[in-house]
Amino acid sequence: MTPRLLASIGSTLVVAAIAFPLYWALVASLTPENQLFGALSLVPATLVLDHYRALFDTRDFWTPIRNSLVVATSTTVLAVTLGAGCAYALARVRFRGRTAILAAVLAISMFPQIAIVSPLFLVLRAAGLLNTYPGLVLPYLTFAMPLTIWLLVGFFRQLPPQLEEAAFMDGASPLRTLREVVLPLAGPGLATTAILTFLYSWNEFLFALSFALGPDRYTVPVAIALFRGQYQVPWGEILAASTVATVPVAVIVLVAQRRIVSGLTAGAVKG
Amino acid sequence: MTPRLAWLLMAPALSVMAVVAAFPIAWTAWESLHLHDLRMPWLGRPFIGFDNYLATLGAPRVREALGHTALFVVLTVTLELAAGLVLAVILDRVTRARGLVRTLVLLPWAVPTVVGALVWRFIFESPAGLASTVVAGLGAVPPTWFADAAAAWLPLVLADAWKTTPFVAILLLAGLQTIDRALYDAATVDGASPWRQFTDITLPLLTPTLLVAALFRTLDAFRVFDLVYVMTGGGPGTATEPLALLTYTTLLQHLQFGLGAALSMLMFTGSFLIALAAIRLFGRRALLEPAG
Repeated sequence: MTPRLLASIGSTLVVAAIAFPLYWALVASLTPENQLFGALSLVPATLVLDHYRALFDTRDFWTPIRNSLVVATSTTVLAVTLGAGCAYALARVRFRGRTAILAAVLAISMFPQIAIVSPLFLVLRAAGLLNTYPGLVLPYLTFAMPLTIWLLVGFFRQLPPQLEEAAFMDGASPLRTLREVVLPLAGPGLATTAILTFLYSWNEFLFALSFALGPDRYTVPVAIALFRGQYQVPWGEILAASTVATVPVAVIVLVAQRRIVSGLTAGAVKG
Repeated sequence: MTPRLAWLLMAPALSVMAVVAAFPIAWTAWESLHLHDLRMPWLGRPFIGFDNYLATLGAPRVREALGHTALFVVLTVTLELAAGLVLAVILDRVTRARGLVRTLVLLPWAVPTVVGALVWRFIFESPAGLASTVVAGLGAVPPTWFADAAAAWLPLVLADAWKTTPFVAILLLAGLQTIDRALYDAATVDGASPWRQFTDITLPLLTPTLLVAALFRTLDAFRVFDLVYVMTGGGPGTATEPLALLTYTTLLQHLQFGLGAALSMLMFTGSFLIALAAIRLFGRRALLEPAG
């Protein structure tokens, strides 16, 4: 066997091993409950949709899906909208306090979420926002804002400033320049930022666990984590729900892998 | 653009962050100096100085949680950097089906942590889960994973490594691709073995990226919550309980807000020290200037 062939067999095995746990969960989610342990095989003999049926018919899994979609989308739209203006100013204007603001943004992105759970809880309770959508979106902004600002500052810096200068020379106001020249050019950067923000919001657990008090406002991760069976862990339904929660993520990764990679590596690698 | 307009553009974002992040942290610091127990409202909320800190630092459960957190950080970050490096080198050589490979590798990183944790818990279920079947097949007696204070660490660490090694690998791959191929060609001409090329060219030039990956992973592992909450709940007993989970329990289950705030500040300080050490290591500019 040639070394080349060996290497490609090796890398195929590694990639297969990485994907295996999710495949195993998918197979299990299609297997009758009484065959989940011991009898489970790599290539299943019988596939059933019982767990998915139970998920949507008796557990109302649509509610957490809707909650997650509403919260993640609102967070993304708000964070990217507010973050774009802020990032543009940080990328293009030299002013006193600029480094201090960048440092503060970075610091907020690094601190542990658990450290602000109790004040947010009391504030949301006082404002009557516990167990509401705004009561999740606001806490989500604590990680979404620094993320969008940081990514967008990097993307805006990559744009050539000449176009803006030309627009400015032609008499366009700074806000009009931002809206009509910069934002269209920054499209790919905005898309990357939005995708990452959506993924992080879709996956968030601690805030949702703390501030969504009832099943009517549980997000997908909270709903799955709190699944209870009457006598034992309802593994079939848990894995079916896990598969459902993975589908949108898988679609996003499949379509936007290049953007995700560029977003993740922005700032971490100096070329 | 004038600085005045710059501040106007930043105002909405900065106010939001002030309200949802800066204010809560300041409030936590203040709260940590008070006796505040939501189950005992008749005690009021008296100022007690640093008593909460003395109480937390003196409690064996806190010291154990600190130890668990440190153990988790060391085990996972080491494993993930090593595995991430191997994976990055492999990905660098993939020539066919790159899109499919990248999708499969990114998936564990992209799925919710809760999902990853549950999938791995299913694999390690006792007595007849996949892990136990494999161990038994090898002729050994599988432990009851989540009922065993030592064995419970294996699924935790494996699940975390599975979930975040792709992230490390993606960072390192980007670092690898910035290395000038001519260096390898020259080394090959000089007769350097592939291993020698790896240790003398790849590793030194990859060190800055490795450090950044180590920082991100350390900060994340230090505040681990979702994974442990779902997989072991900190158990058996409190054998795998990290600081974040203990803080959560103190705050939202025992409703001891003063004590919980002191624990929160402990975690905040820990993160701050890790970041500070990183800044020392890389220099300030490297971190404070987003790449462009």
